[in-house]
Amino acid sequence: MTETGEAGGKGRIPVEGKTVLRLAPHAKFRFDDVRQAWVVLAPERLFLPDEQAVEILHLIDGACDVDCVIDELVRRYEAPREVIAGDVTAMLQDLVDKKVLRR
Amino acid sequence: MAPDPPLALLAELTHRCPLACPYCSNPLDLSRASAELDTPTWKQVLGEAAALGVLQVHFSGGEPLARRDLVELVGRATEVGLYSNLITSGIGLEADRLQALVAAGLEHVQLSIQDADTASGDRIAGLTGAQEAKSRAARLVQEAGLPLTMNAVVHRQNLDRLGETIELAVALGADRLEIAHVQYYGWALRNRGALLPSRDQLDAATATVETARARLQGVIVIDYVLPDYFAHRPKACMGGWGRRFLNISPTGKVLPCHAAETLPGLCFPNVAEANLSEIWYRSPAFERFRGTDWMPEPCRSCDRREIDWGGCRCQAFALTGDGGRTDPACALSPDHELLVAARDDAEVTTSRLVYRRYSAARKLIA
Repeated sequence: MTETGEAGGKGRIPVEGKTVLRLAPHAKFRFDDVRQAWVVLAPERLFLPDEQAVEILHLIDGACDVDCVIDELVRRYEAPREVIAGDVTAMLQDLVDKKVLRR
Repeated sequence: MAPDPPLALLAELTHRCPLACPYCSNPLDLSRASAELDTPTWKQVLGEAAALGVLQVHFSGGEPLARRDLVELVGRATEVGLYSNLITSGIGLEADRLQALVAAGLEHVQLSIQDADTASGDRIAGLTGAQEAKSRAARLVQEAGLPLTMNAVVHRQNLDRLGETIELAVALGADRLEIAHVQYYGWALRNRGALLPSRDQLDAATATVETARARLQGVIVIDYVLPDYFAHRPKACMGGWGRRFLNISPTGKVLPCHAAETLPGLCFPNVAEANLSEIWYRSPAFERFRGTDWMPEPCRSCDRREIDWGGCRCQAFALTGDGGRTDPACALSPDHELLVAARDDAEVTTSRLVYRRYSAARKLIA
């Protein structure tokens, strides 16, 4: 009765390299014409993500796993992989814990 | 500097409600159905809100389900690009109405819960059968595939069962639980002696939340903030006056927060008189406590002035009689003793409640 959806049982979803994430149902990532900025809308939550977060959220498409998101950012910024990996994983874990993203 | 556009609108569609919670955030002077805004006006206002930059609309009340045009208003919100949330007691929610709301674009439901114990829940809500109706509403929301937040307002008379309340929220399938301490103005201020918890109760509750959060990570998100009466620093009430939120009352008054009408000397504009954008950017009521220019000491020179924005204006007024003073929740406020005294009084209290009803309102404001 308390299942939340097809993702299966409850419990924390750990964000790891092979985790494929997508927006939770009823979370929206859209461009706001008034602010000329991207916004994230979710139940009881509303974010105005910074430029980096916007870039990461654009790469979350339900197909590319976390490693693939990190690889793409490493390629774009020519930055050390471990630095990018740490930042990206922490941000994604936070959004998963807030139920904005899910598997 | 011009303020940013507002992020969210609390649309209080009506003051009618099947419940009579003694801490209701509605004003003592409840509006009658005959004075409520009509459907075309609300639809116009929702359009103005979206154009102004509002992103989320919370349909609230009273009980918003009491409005026959709720589905139409949710549909309008969707049409203009607003993310819509229904804040409800769950009383009277039927499967077909919920289906119509989902089809109209409703994204989320926030359901109130008065206690984990059925008899106590019904007593606090002032309605027999309320608790059962809420469990049913929670099931309907889940079946409809909408995310569910449960909102538990906590106080002396239910705080000892907070652990059970958390368990109930999990059992009812809530994705989120918002645990909100009563805020003392309006109805709640009348009932403060019966509602303000003791320090021991509060400490136990806080420990319960911390344990539950760790255990239930990924199962349920628990939002919890310590109550002002036991704080050292105030909260950024509404994220600051006129900075993020708009509230529209059932009769169309536009307010920076739902309790703002308790403040005397401010004239709040009505949606019938002006466009929301004009009201947000230019009305004296929204300008009055916006930013930091209005602040007295110790706020004016405080490092935290743009963190807490001076705290809550309504609380400052409720406790000191002057809405322009520093929120007494701040230990630096010269009025902090008032709050400490109320806290000490909470050790000897009453359990008698004044229920939020039109009949009680007539007596209280007479």
